[in-house]
This record gives sequence, C-alpha cells and structure tokens, in this order.
Amino acid sequence: MRLNIVVCIKQVPHPEHFHEIKLDPESQTINRRGIPAILNPPDKHALEEALQLKERYGGTITAVSMGPPEASQIMEEAYALGVDRSILLCDPLFAGADTLATARALAIGIQRLGEVDLILCGTHSMDGATGQVGPQLAEILGFPFIGFVRKMEIQERGTVLAERTIERGYLKVEGSLPLVLSVTKEINTPRLPTVIGIMEATQKEIYTWDTKELGIDPALVGIEGSPTRVSGIFERRLSRKGELLQGDPEEVIRKAIKRLRELEALR
Amino acid sequence: MSSKNEIWIWAEQRQERIEPSSIELIEKGKELAELLSSSLAAVYIGGSGERIEELFEYGVPKVYLLHHPELVLYQGGPYSILFSRLVAKYQPQVILMSTTYLGLELAPRVAALTGAGLTAHCVDLFVERHKDGHILVQVVPGWGGNLMVKIVCPERRPQMATVKAGIFEKPQRRPGASGEVVSNPVRLDELDWRVKAIELIEEEEDRSLEEADVIVCGGWGVKGAGVMDDLQKLAETLKGAVAGTRPLVDAGLIAENQMIGISGKTVNPRLFISLGASGASHFTTGFLKSKVIFSIDQNPNAQIFEVSDLGIVGDLKKVLPVLVDELERYMQSRG
Ligand SMILES: Cc1cc2nc3c(=O)[nH]c(=O)nc-3n(C[C@H](O)[C@H](O)[C@H](O)COP(=O)(O)OP(=O)(O)OC[C@H]3O[C@@H](n4cnc5c(N)ncnc54)[C@H](O)[C@@H]3O)c2cc1C
Ligand SMILES: Nc1ncnc2c1ncn2[C@@H]1O[C@H](COP(=O)(O)O)[C@@H](O)[C@H]1O
Repeated sequence: MRLNIVVCIKQVPHPEHFHEIKLDPESQTINRRGIPAILNPPDKHALEEALQLKERYGGTITAVSMGPPEASQIMEEAYALGVDRSILLCDPLFAGADTLATARALAIGIQRLGEVDLILCGTHSMDGATGQVGPQLAEILGFPFIGFVRKMEIQERGTVLAERTIERGYLKVEGSLPLVLSVTKEINTPRLPTVIGIMEATQKEIYTWDTKELGIDPALVGIEGSPTRVSGIFERRLSRKGELLQGDPEEVIRKAIKRLRELEALR
Repeated sequence: MSSKNEIWIWAEQRQERIEPSSIELIEKGKELAELLSSSLAAVYIGGSGERIEELFEYGVPKVYLLHHPELVLYQGGPYSILFSRLVAKYQPQVILMSTTYLGLELAPRVAALTGAGLTAHCVDLFVERHKDGHILVQVVPGWGGNLMVKIVCPERRPQMATVKAGIFEKPQRRPGASGEVVSNPVRLDELDWRVKAIELIEEEEDRSLEEADVIVCGGWGVKGAGVMDDLQKLAETLKGAVAGTRPLVDAGLIAENQMIGISGKTVNPRLFISLGASGASHFTTGFLKSKVIFSIDQNPNAQIFEVSDLGIVGDLKKVLPVLVDELERYMQSRG
C-alpha cells in the first residue's frame, strides 16, 4: 500500500517576537514586516507523521502552503526533512484570507495533485490559532475529517484507527482513506533535518502556483473570498489598575503583603 | 414569531448530559436575541435527548432535537450534515458554539458547508448598527497591549462564532421550566459514515488549576531571572497552583495544561499572581475575572499592571526570594 500524502504547512511569526507584531490602526491589518518567521510548530508533527507513514508504506509526500514569497523558507525546510515535493500557493490576491478562503485555495491546489490518500494538518497555527483550516479544507474537498488525532494506525485496505482527543478522555474512531486529519503534538516527536538534507534542499525546486496557474476565481480567495473581516480595533478599558510599589525589596514586600491582606487575598 | 433569523447555540452532549460550556452560552445568546429582535434556540444532537429539559431550566425557550441511538457519540460527518441541513431549513442569523475539542471541529465544518463566516475563540460578542440593519460583532484579543479586534461578517449568513469556554457565566437554573421541542427526523442512510466514532474512553482530568484558590503564574521573565524554583516555592507556601504563559510552556518549563490565556485555560481564583509576564491580551483574557490580581514585573510600563490590583516594579531575582520568605513567615504566623 503506497500512500500519497499531503501535508499543509504554514509560516508564522516567531513566538518570541509576537509582541513586536502590530495591528495597523489605519489599515487594520497585521504588520509582521521584519519579524523572524518559522515553520508553524504544530505542523512539524504533521510532517513527522507523514514521514513515518512513508517509511512504513512507501509513497510520496507533498508539502503545500499558501503564503507570501518569504514562505519559500519553510518549503525548503520541508524538503530538508524529506518531503518529495514542496508547493507554495502564492499570489497577492491570496492576501487577507480568512480561514475559509485559505481552505479554498489549499483545496484547489491539492485537487491538482491527482490522487491523494491522506491530508495532514496541525491542530492550529501559532498566529491564528483557530484550527479551522483543516476541517474546512476537508468539507470543501468532500473528504472525511478527524480532528485532534493523538494516535493513529493504518491497517490493510486503508482502514484507519485513531484516538481523537476530547475533554476528559478520547474517542476511538475508525475511518477509511482518503481522509483529512489534524494531529496533536502527542502523536510523535518531530525529527530534525540532517545536514545532507539541508544541503540537498537548496537544490530542489519549490513549485509556486498563483491564481492564474490554478485557474482560481479571485473572488473566491483572499480578502474578497473571506466571509469575515476586521471591522475595527479598540483598547480594552481596564479600570483595575491599582497601586504600584517600587523601591527597596524588603519594604515593598511588607507593603504588598499588608495590601493583599486588606484586599482579602491572603487568608 | 417565525423561526427565521434565530440565535442558535449548539448544546453539546456527552452521554446525554449537556456540557457546562454549552450552558455558558445561554445568557449571551438571549442577550443577543433581544438586541437582534429575535429569539434563542438550542440545537441538540444525541442519542435520545432524554435530558433536554435541562436546557429549558437554564432558560432556552426552544430546542431543535435530532436524535438516534447511533448519534450518542459525536459523529463528525453526520453531525456536520445534520446541523447544516437544519441551518438551511431554518436560516438562523447567529450560531454560537463553545471552544471544546468538538465545537472547534463542528463549527468550521458547518461554516464550510453553509458558507457562513466563522470567528474562533471570541471573548465577547455584541451588536452594532450596520447599513440598514444590525450586525454581530465578535471580539478576539489582538496584538500589542490591550488591543481587541472586532470581527464581522458583513454579507454571509449565518454569522458563526466559537466562544472561549469560561468567559461567560452559567445562568440560574429554574427547575421545572419547560419549552418548545422541534423534532427533526434522522435517517441514518442519508448520512456520511466514512468516519465513525466507536467508543468513548474517559480519562481523569487535571482540574487543579480551575479549582485553585491561589494561582502563581510565571511569564518569560521568570526564565530570564532564573527563579523557577522560587515560583514553585511561592505556590507551595500559598497552597496554590502553578501556571504559566505561552513562552514558558513552549520552553517546557510549564506543562501545556497549565497555560493561561486564549489558547489555554480561563481561571478566576481568589488571588492570581503574575510574575514576569508583560500582559498581552491573549494572556490576560484568561484570568481577568480573578478576585485579586497581583503582579511583579521590572518594566513599570508593562501592560500587566493595567489589569492588576497591586503591582511591584522590580527585578524578580531580588524581589521574589524576599516575597517567598515573608509570605512563609506570614503563613506560619497564621498557623
Ligand atoms: C493567537 C494567539 C494566541 C495566544 N494565546 C496565548 C495564551 O493563551 N497564553 C499566553 O500566555 N500567550 C498567548 N499568546 C502569546 C501572547 O501574545 C504573548 O506573546 C505572551 O503572553 C507573552 O508571554 P510573557 O508575558 O511571558 O513574555 P514577554 O512578553 O516576553 O514578557 C516578559 C516580561 O518579563 C519581564 N521581565 C523580564 N526579566 C525580568 C526580571 N528579571 N524581573 C522582572 N520582570 C522581568 C519583562 O519586563 C516582560 O514584561 C498568544 C498569541 C497568539 C498570536
Ligand atoms: N496558509 C496556510 N497554508 C497551509 N496550511 C495552512 C495554512 N493555514 C493553516 N494551515 C493548516 O491548518 C492548520 C490549522 O491552522 P489554523 O486554522 O490557521 O489555526 C495548520 O496547522 C496548518 O496545517
């Protein structure tokens, strides 16, 4: 049984630089210029799962991302880890997409790949954290979906047994390929790229597809194709600000404890 | 009143018991219904619906009931289709689900099937005038300080949102209250069973954080100052629980299920102590309802002080050990 696997990966700002990201009050868009970016950590588990499945069953792995030209960095990283093909869906018309418009673009890109058995996603992107793209992609493609998979096993004839995390436990789920899954970080420990892998990756072609190449109606993607949009930003009014103490630690702490007792925070 | 344009909540069940996080949506749903001159209804998909009076008792006037023994466990394909058909038939204007593992899957699936706009992890919802009508405003934490972002869905209907669990309060229960049940037939052979849940396995859940009276929460500054041990000691002294911000979790110093914030837990203890955290709204959203918030940070302009009843500006390396000592003494003196 050979498996054709697609892994959806996203480039996100480095979490250590989150506080540098600013919402532009004028345009109400996120400004992440100049902020270091990385491969979305949850997606590493999706890549790792694909690599392990390929080792076991053979087949091909295609990494797909919708993102700006700079995202070619993570497409190269995917090559370094061992995927067979990296495809970046890249067009200014994709900008400003909400999750539905993102899922649509990914679906159209994936439909061009021919027969696909398994599509793997992370549980969430660190900068959006919605977890919506995977399930929406599945519905658009008409594939079944299992979310938050923490353990999986593929049996003969393409039957998949999975453990799906829920509150206070998990569901045992059975399905059959083709499938879209989102995998949690419990599922595996992602490998690091090898030096040879990294060297070879620079030689490999990153396929870049734009809306023309994909034959996508621009009205369906990007900000145009997004049902939701930002309508404004506001400062949350927090009138809680209390006393600020500063100075000699001993003295400050004594004052603080007294105040905490007054507030009945200490018993 | 017609059934069109209602406000819906998904009443998630587990073994036919309604999840508390769904009950939390009821008050907000009613408030929105009033503002949008509409009414609230719940959608219940399950095995029998034998306990749906609970929804009436918590104030839901109407329940759309879809039941079949094969639907006791959450079945992603069938639930998505059943829910979407209900949407097509009754055309609600707003649908709210809680950010449970299942809500986070069902909401996007229904949104994709119906073309609805969907916003994740909302911390507030309200209504604004828009063109010739009213529109739902969905609030999510934004970047930088206390900025909040308003998201709307101008054209497509319904407007869908998942609501961060723990943000809204559970309403009063009025035993004996009743309401309208709208039953819709379920035909199994029309549904998509390519994926099937076969068993629910219960596991013990760590609720020490939600139940703690005192929470000592570390931010990235704790790592920088190298005072993880003191943080632990402070928690022990106060018989409190340890928690952390995302960077501390990412660094592996705090367990994933001890994270506070929009992607972590929502807590409201008697005393919340924040150490070396800047106070990003993604984080502060998770503990704003604590009785008393006390924080320490070396940056006098840190946003965390805006949400604190008491703050100390100082280096944790110097301040924290003194705090631990003094509190130990204080606690001992209290016996
Ligand atoms: C979609 C999304 C969801 C998110 N969800 C969450 C979430 O659920 N929870 C969460 O926590 N974050 C979340 N984040 C991240 C959030 O935006 C912030 O990046 C994060 O909360 C910052 O953590 P911090 O305050 O510990 O670190 P920093 O912002 O780096 O702050 C460190 C603080 O420590 C202080 N400090 C440093 N050294 C010392 C010292 N020696 N003594 C005293 N003070 C010192 C500094 O002055 C500073 O204020 C999310 C982000 C996104 C984009
Ligand atoms: N722009 C994108 N390109 C490729 N995959 C994506 C993109 N955005 C999200 N994903 C996938 O969807 C998952 C959930 O992301 P999100 O819905 O943004 O939280 C991620 O872990 C990725 O696997």
